[in-house]
Amino acid sequence: MSSFDARRVRADTPALARIINGQRITYLDSGATSLPPRAVIEAMSRYYELRHANVHRSVFQTASEATATYEGARESVAHFINAPGGAGEVVFTKNTTESFNLLAKSWGEANLSEGDVVLLSEMEHHANIVPWFMLRERTGIEVRFIPVTDDFRLDLSSVDELMEDVKLVSVTAMSNVLGTINPVKELAATAHAHGALIAVDGAQSVAHDVTDVADLDIDFFAFSAHKMLGPTGIGVFWTRAEILDAMPPFLGGGGMIADVRLDGYSCAGGPTRFEAGTPPIAEAAGLGAAVRYLEGLGMANVAEHERALTGDALTRLGLEFEDRVRVIGPADTTHRGGVISLDVEGVHPHDVAQVLDQFGVCVRPGHHCAKPLMRRFSLPATVRASYGPYSLVRDTDVLIEGLRHAIEMFA
Amino acid sequence: MENLDNLYREIILDHYRSPRNRGELPSPPAIRTEGFNPLCGDEIVVYLDVEEGVLANIKLTGHGCSISQASSSLMSSAVKGKTIEQVRDVITTFKQLMTVHESTLQPSGEPVKVDLRAIGELAALAGVVKFPVRIKCAMLAWNTLSQGLDELGSA
Ligand SMILES: Cc1ncc(COP(=O)(O)O)c(C=O)c1O
Repeated sequence: MSSFDARRVRADTPALARIINGQRITYLDSGATSLPPRAVIEAMSRYYELRHANVHRSVFQTASEATATYEGARESVAHFINAPGGAGEVVFTKNTTESFNLLAKSWGEANLSEGDVVLLSEMEHHANIVPWFMLRERTGIEVRFIPVTDDFRLDLSSVDELMEDVKLVSVTAMSNVLGTINPVKELAATAHAHGALIAVDGAQSVAHDVTDVADLDIDFFAFSAHKMLGPTGIGVFWTRAEILDAMPPFLGGGGMIADVRLDGYSCAGGPTRFEAGTPPIAEAAGLGAAVRYLEGLGMANVAEHERALTGDALTRLGLEFEDRVRVIGPADTTHRGGVISLDVEGVHPHDVAQVLDQFGVCVRPGHHCAKPLMRRFSLPATVRASYGPYSLVRDTDVLIEGLRHAIEMFA
Repeated sequence: MENLDNLYREIILDHYRSPRNRGELPSPPAIRTEGFNPLCGDEIVVYLDVEEGVLANIKLTGHGCSISQASSSLMSSAVKGKTIEQVRDVITTFKQLMTVHESTLQPSGEPVKVDLRAIGELAALAGVVKFPVRIKCAMLAWNTLSQGLDELGSA
């Protein structure tokens, strides 16, 4: 039914031609950062080579082209996530982390006070924890956590009690450690039924499945370009126009003002109010290209492709290693994405990753910036393999071969 | 896999599988020092019993990768029973071993050669320098030991 072909995506991705330790690279770290296709790199080069100019400033030809590229990226992103209010709801930030800091600092400080509760989950990335702790220090809010069950899901059995005094629910759409995909739409309904808003961390989900913020009926959405085949240095903060319009500015400076006098300033309207200073213009060009590239692939196709890879990997890891390799995450592909955390019995994740590197395999050892979750499962670290639209079953083959070697070596 | 065998020498794997001087010492009188590697979550606790200028006993607890665990075990064997001055010399030598690329270039341009024969089993860790991200794993125990000795000096 679809023309999606992972081998074609692979051919579009120059970084996959690298030879590492004499072998073709096996890139299984898309959860940390994904590899851009040529279209993204070329879009950025075009900006630098043909129309490098500042945005929103000058009248000359290349400057208006640069502005059109930058604002065009905003349009593309709005379309990609189906923002009901269009481009005017899309704020460019540095990354997901900055988007959450913007949320906590601007919206949080204006709308939350002592006694109010922000409800997170135990499987959040530090990006969606630390800004709330910082806000707690300033305002005396309470930060509460939805527990995670032994089978790696949000424990929503007492969600109504957890919702008491909650003004904001802030959860990840997909865990960057477990691969768990959370029931965001249900959580949004629950939050709204209790008079709270809901923010969603889309860093992991956005490159791996369809995103429709209108259908999910959520209020805030944050993600990073570099995890969706785009460049580093740019991220997105989305919220509904009526919320955005009421949010106080974040950083101050040029670009975000309507007027500055000797006795004060007034702010610009719309997303630019949150984009002080020269923005990441080349990166916006890259992000726009990444979004168009992903739309060309079809996000439903990408999701299906990665689900097949994940299912195959989970089955084969189980058959090959039985209990020697434990998957820290849901055992099958139900509500689960292509992020597979492994605990290899008797071999430290660092050592597993080191051995895998000799096979040209890129995986990530560590706590994945989710220390509360690691503590929950009494693990100092895991080895994480994660897939992208360019991944093939062959990548899993090399992973398994490398794991076999690591186990032999340390047995 | 030649590279890998250079890193994971048999001595290293042996110290990883059967670490020497594991355990605790009552503190006080022992000096207890903790070391962390926040990036990889490695942790170590070093206990030092110093009597009349001699490191009479050393014990270690903690967890981490094979390199950090083997390095701490090898370290404990290398320094136990030595005078504090000798221990400091071993630490200096080991630090040199882990930094051949940068700081051992003398003004004359002559690199300082660490005499591998003089450092016994510790030489097994020489391969770590080829894996820059692992140097901090190998150094964790040594930095913690240094810190412990500093506490001793200031006590
Ligand atoms: C779920 C999740 N949230 C937030 C982040 C932070 O993204 P960034 O480092 O791009 O700000 C990541 C990436 O590591 C992530 O996986």
